[in-house]
Amino acid sequence: MSSLYERLGGEAAVDAAVDIFYRKVLMDERVNEFFDDVDIEKQSAKQKGFLTMVFGGPNNYTGKDMREGHKHLVDRGLNDSHVDAIIELLGGTLKELGVNDADIAEVAGIAESVRGDVLNR
Amino acid sequence: MLETLLSANCVVPNSCRAGVCQSCLMQLVKGQLNEGAQRGLKDSWQAQGLFLACQCHPEQDLEIKLPAMDSLRMKCRVSKHSRLNAEVAVMRLQPKERLEYRPGQHVTIWKDELLGRSYSLASVPAIDDDELEFHIRRQPHGILSPWLYEDIQVGDQLQVQGPGGECFYTASGSEQNLLLAGTGTGLAPLYGILRDALQQGHAGAIHLYHGAMHADGLYLHETLQQLAQIHQNLHYHPCVLNHEPGLDTLIRVENLADALRRDWSSLQGWRVYLCGDEPFVNQQRKQCYLAGARLQEIYADAFIRA
Repeated sequence: MSSLYERLGGEAAVDAAVDIFYRKVLMDERVNEFFDDVDIEKQSAKQKGFLTMVFGGPNNYTGKDMREGHKHLVDRGLNDSHVDAIIELLGGTLKELGVNDADIAEVAGIAESVRGDVLNR
Repeated sequence: MLETLLSANCVVPNSCRAGVCQSCLMQLVKGQLNEGAQRGLKDSWQAQGLFLACQCHPEQDLEIKLPAMDSLRMKCRVSKHSRLNAEVAVMRLQPKERLEYRPGQHVTIWKDELLGRSYSLASVPAIDDDELEFHIRRQPHGILSPWLYEDIQVGDQLQVQGPGGECFYTASGSEQNLLLAGTGTGLAPLYGILRDALQQGHAGAIHLYHGAMHADGLYLHETLQQLAQIHQNLHYHPCVLNHEPGLDTLIRVENLADALRRDWSSLQGWRVYLCGDEPFVNQQRKQCYLAGARLQEIYADAFIRA
């Protein structure tokens, strides 16, 4: 049985997903204030790291990174509703790419597993 | 590392301090470089231990030296120089040996051992007889550009180092539509990219936008109009901020960013090239991405003031 990351299509699929996902994020009024960086190249590299992780791919994320990386955003009001929105946009991205519901649920599950760290709880 | 060396009064050539111009090249003798210290350098340079002092954050003791500059820089002779307006001059250099580059890439032009600045290549090897063309904008407080604009003469010797940069045309996707947009001498790399695309027989539409303060700043206006007459798929859109009496009706009085937004609500499937000052490039990169261009198909060259 192949891994989730392989089923989704590996790095090429991550690249395709980043392009769609990050555009959705920037256009979504609920969350875009947290992604308002002038350097979209740097930001999209971060999104690639995030998507690689939730695709079950090779990554070096630790709970500590997640906490530290989002602390300043939590101070600015990042909460559960924003995490919900991100998981929703992630699902929409995968649907557009033709990923099946079971795999989308698995990706959402990985994203869900870091909710506590992201929100510094 | 560069900051430390300079504050200790060590003489290290430097310019952009952002890992772009490759002026602050140094060579590793002993030790381990951090990841990123060699980013953008060609393989053979990396293998020699060359790295950029401005991108080097030592994590342990390093033994370093300045590399032998002669092997890295190419001697050139000024073969043409003409001032097009009060701010912009076109300069052509004849390199001692053929320089391999892609139109739109940049090289560092060195006046002497220490003074160098990065300039984009507007020439196309196959069209311009292997001469290198640059568009020099005279910066009021610049160190090198007033000299390059005002004082340099045909026959003078210079050195160039490079090329670098990834903002150039590739023939894959010849049916794609191209959007080229630049402010000021951001036109230089675009002029190279444009002629390279035409020369390689690009089949899709090419829309070139040039923005300037005044009509005088549209320094290739006639040349580009002529090119657009010859090539059916080329569309030239000159934009200026200030209206003036007798303005050519072809010229739009509109901010370049507004013109682009108005003209192209969807850029899905397009390839985009953006050149000019940093705020313009960064803002447009985002705008074009949101309009549907893929991140990997947006090529940008932001001019960093040294």
